[in-house]
Amino acid sequence: MLNKLYDWVDERLDITPIWRDIADHEVPEHVNPAHHFSAFVYCFGGLTFFITVIQILSGMFLTMYYVPDIENAWQSVYYLQNEVAFGEIVRGMHHWGASLVVVMIFLHTLRVFFTGSYKKPRELNWVVGVLLFGVILGLSFTGYLLPWDMKALFATKVGIEIAASVPLVGGMIKTLLAGDATILGAQTLTRFFAIHVFFLPAALLGLLAAHFIMIRRQGISGPL
Amino acid sequence: MSNNRVSRRQFLGYTLTGVGGFMAAGMLMPMVRFAVDPVLQQKDGGDFVLTDQRAEDITEEPVRVDFSFEQTDAWYVSEVTNSAWVYKEGDKLIALSPVCKHLGCTVNWAGDPEQPTQFFCPCHAGRYEKNGQNIAGTPPLGPLDEYEVQEQDGYVAIGAVRLNTLV
Repeated sequence: MLNKLYDWVDERLDITPIWRDIADHEVPEHVNPAHHFSAFVYCFGGLTFFITVIQILSGMFLTMYYVPDIENAWQSVYYLQNEVAFGEIVRGMHHWGASLVVVMIFLHTLRVFFTGSYKKPRELNWVVGVLLFGVILGLSFTGYLLPWDMKALFATKVGIEIAASVPLVGGMIKTLLAGDATILGAQTLTRFFAIHVFFLPAALLGLLAAHFIMIRRQGISGPL
Repeated sequence: MSNNRVSRRQFLGYTLTGVGGFMAAGMLMPMVRFAVDPVLQQKDGGDFVLTDQRAEDITEEPVRVDFSFEQTDAWYVSEVTNSAWVYKEGDKLIALSPVCKHLGCTVNWAGDPEQPTQFFCPCHAGRYEKNGQNIAGTPPLGPLDEYEVQEQDGYVAIGAVRLNTLV
């Protein structure tokens, strides 16, 4: 049944070469944990991506209930966690996944560093990877504020004060982030929400595409 | 062993599809259940809401009776005012919902000067008889809903909405 459907589409659109290009690639022995168990360190990049997918999915579902408004944000989070079926699970996935993705991206960075995989010709991919790390940290920072509880508020206050300590332009950065020169409030929350769900994910997807196209172009780096 | 030998490639295909499907389902099941929750949530039936309309003042002519109650909309609790068209048939109180069965606008008694004994919806000129029966040839496809209604201490009290039992 599925085969027939596939053949029907393939006959018309010739889709086999498309997914072959994506799926078929060399997995050298030195990165295959079936050959050398220590090669599991090569899985961290894929695991980072896997958790990122979970973050995107669970985040999409959370926005069905969440409102980025200072009156209702906390109430809506409380409601979706305690009154909606599986709310605790879905929010839990996003909450714990957020920490895990930072851990994984860090381990992936360590692996790339200690295997020397960043060296020529892969310097550009290292640069993109560092940008991705920055985007993930930005997502973590902006997402932290959204539940609008005390921890979120004061963590963001501290974060914004750190940004404000930049020489010369610190004050402007602070206003740009918070939406107001002195208040951390309504405008900060909407700003952080927009950055968290639209701007940074867009940057993330673009950079991820570049990251993956480059690794496919250049192949996996050789053994130590 | 059966006669259909499973090749290594097929076996790996089945295993990977099975494990992958299981993981994907484990990931997606909570999210989907989370998303469809409003459809499956149980809502408890409404109590009777006392209005400030004296029951003895109700005649055979429908009058609009407003009633307010506390509505819980997920995390938002607010005072909501709805209305009903109330009249007497003999001694029996009758309360009809003002929500047009065409597309949900609000109907008025005698809203159309040419039809002084009918409910009229201004949006698409839907019309109803006094008992809520929709008039053929106008947009609505069913009769107006009916409220449970009773007299409490001389005042009209309005309860849950239900399908029209008069037509």
